[in-house]
Amino acid sequence: MTDLTKLTIAEARKGLKNRDYTSLELTDAFLSNIEAANAQLNAYVAVTADKARNMAKASDETLAKGVGGALEGIPLGIKDLFATNGVHTQACSHILDGFKPAYESTVTTNLWADGAVMLGKLNMDEFAMGSSNETSYYGDVINPWRKQGSNQDLVPGGSSGGSATAVAARLCMGATATDTGGSIRQPAAFTGTVGIKPTYGRCSRWGIVAFASSLDQAGPIAHTVRDSAILMKSMASVDPKDTTSVDIEVPDYEAAIGKSVKGLKIGIPAEYRLDGMPGEIEELWQKGIDWLKDAGAEIVDISMPHTKYALPAYYIVAPAEASSNLARYDGVRYGLRVPGKDIVEMYENTRAEGFGDEAKRRILIGTYVLSAGYYDAYYLKAQKVRTLIKRDFDLAWANGVDAILTPATPSAAFGVADQDLHADPVKMYLNDIFTVTVNMAGLPGISVPAGLDKDGLPLGLQLIGKPFDESTLFQVGQVIEDAAGSFEPDKWWG
Amino acid sequence: MSVDTQTVKRVARLARIKVSDDDATRMTGELNAILGFVEQLDEVDIEGAEPMTSVVEQTMKKRVDGVTDGNKADDITRNAPASEDQFFMVPKVVE
Repeated sequence: MTDLTKLTIAEARKGLKNRDYTSLELTDAFLSNIEAANAQLNAYVAVTADKARNMAKASDETLAKGVGGALEGIPLGIKDLFATNGVHTQACSHILDGFKPAYESTVTTNLWADGAVMLGKLNMDEFAMGSSNETSYYGDVINPWRKQGSNQDLVPGGSSGGSATAVAARLCMGATATDTGGSIRQPAAFTGTVGIKPTYGRCSRWGIVAFASSLDQAGPIAHTVRDSAILMKSMASVDPKDTTSVDIEVPDYEAAIGKSVKGLKIGIPAEYRLDGMPGEIEELWQKGIDWLKDAGAEIVDISMPHTKYALPAYYIVAPAEASSNLARYDGVRYGLRVPGKDIVEMYENTRAEGFGDEAKRRILIGTYVLSAGYYDAYYLKAQKVRTLIKRDFDLAWANGVDAILTPATPSAAFGVADQDLHADPVKMYLNDIFTVTVNMAGLPGISVPAGLDKDGLPLGLQLIGKPFDESTLFQVGQVIEDAAGSFEPDKWWG
Repeated sequence: MSVDTQTVKRVARLARIKVSDDDATRMTGELNAILGFVEQLDEVDIEGAEPMTSVVEQTMKKRVDGVTDGNKADDITRNAPASEDQFFMVPKVVE
């Protein structure tokens, strides 16, 4: 029998419908992969095997009747940031110890309504703050990819490192993820998977642990562009519970796949060509340009002069919002409580022990930039710069550009516990230099695997689209996937 | 702009995070690295730019001011580190 875990969602959807195999067989195949691999890769922080089998059996009954949802019987992993009823939901933080919500996030509700099966909760950087999945209370996630001839552990990227690793290592068919500054697209690029952050307002944020509310968006990580389109369609919805959810009908994203890109205008922003950028990234970008040109797209040079200011502005806006959102963790209503001599000391002790170093750094930066006398100098200025960043994009769209092509990351995956990156927080932040502009402007962005570097590590290209035009990203992304092929790590684990 | 260790301690107090002297010293360096990085924004000409309030041009949605949910006190207090009779228990606040 073929290895069921090697199937794409599109293939499994067909196989399940034809009754070639059952969802229970599919689910068991993933559960046994997880059991074999998780001690080494640390992708899951909670495996819900019984729940998964029950959901799979229910899907099999539905499928036997010849009916079923768009994801009927498809086993997925869920990032620990999504509230799942009665199941481990801790944003991989110590401060949410033992928290099991009595409610379900809108995104996961949508997935279960479409018949998906939950395998468990996926590791992530604490509160989605990080670019290497090394800030999780539950330990580092390990990238299934290694350099050729090396056994050094590499990071999967972050914050959705568990999601990316689980997909790349065949520990789920697809995964939910979230992206505040690049947390879907950077780990997707580091693991040879496809990740899309949709337009702000496309997925409901209800029931997703908040990091930076004006930037956070949910999206999928999957093996192929088509699989990511299938998941996106189910995850997205218009939700009255989230006032920033936008009233636009969710289109059939799969319909865009296979459509010709002939005549589409693809912008190439000069400002994404950084000093000191590895030659391989530059070459990959050029390859992407050539592929799209060969497919009939028109390539145009564009200028986005405020690009370099997106990351510094982000490191004001995101911590400011985080310091406010994370004020709720005080040892009173949920999670950890560390006693003190009075209530204030109880708060202080709880938050000192409950938050990791990166979360504390961001809370302190956020508290500082919002404190009396500094608001105008930092927060207000950053929000003005954000307007200018968005204006750069608006001008490109006004000039007829349909999508923008850039590298996804400035490098391939790096080593776990990299001394250089840990000595200086800003160096780690630079990982998001190509992705963060998209969050600042609220746009959709997809990372598609496009090649391997000289060490055999995957690299990704990013496509940025107009607001609510995810369809064009799937359309163009498929052209890159067709040209680049797909990438699978050599199995050394399990 | 940069911060000194005293300022870090004051901000940590505002954020209700206990920091030791060693923590505060280490964090001072880290926070200054970040504040130094964001200083680049001083180069930007922000004249005439409105601060962004929303990336999507949409009027804030409003719902009818009605009860849509409730009677879930047990659900709400279930995750509390200490609760009694559907109340959250905290150390004494008023003498």
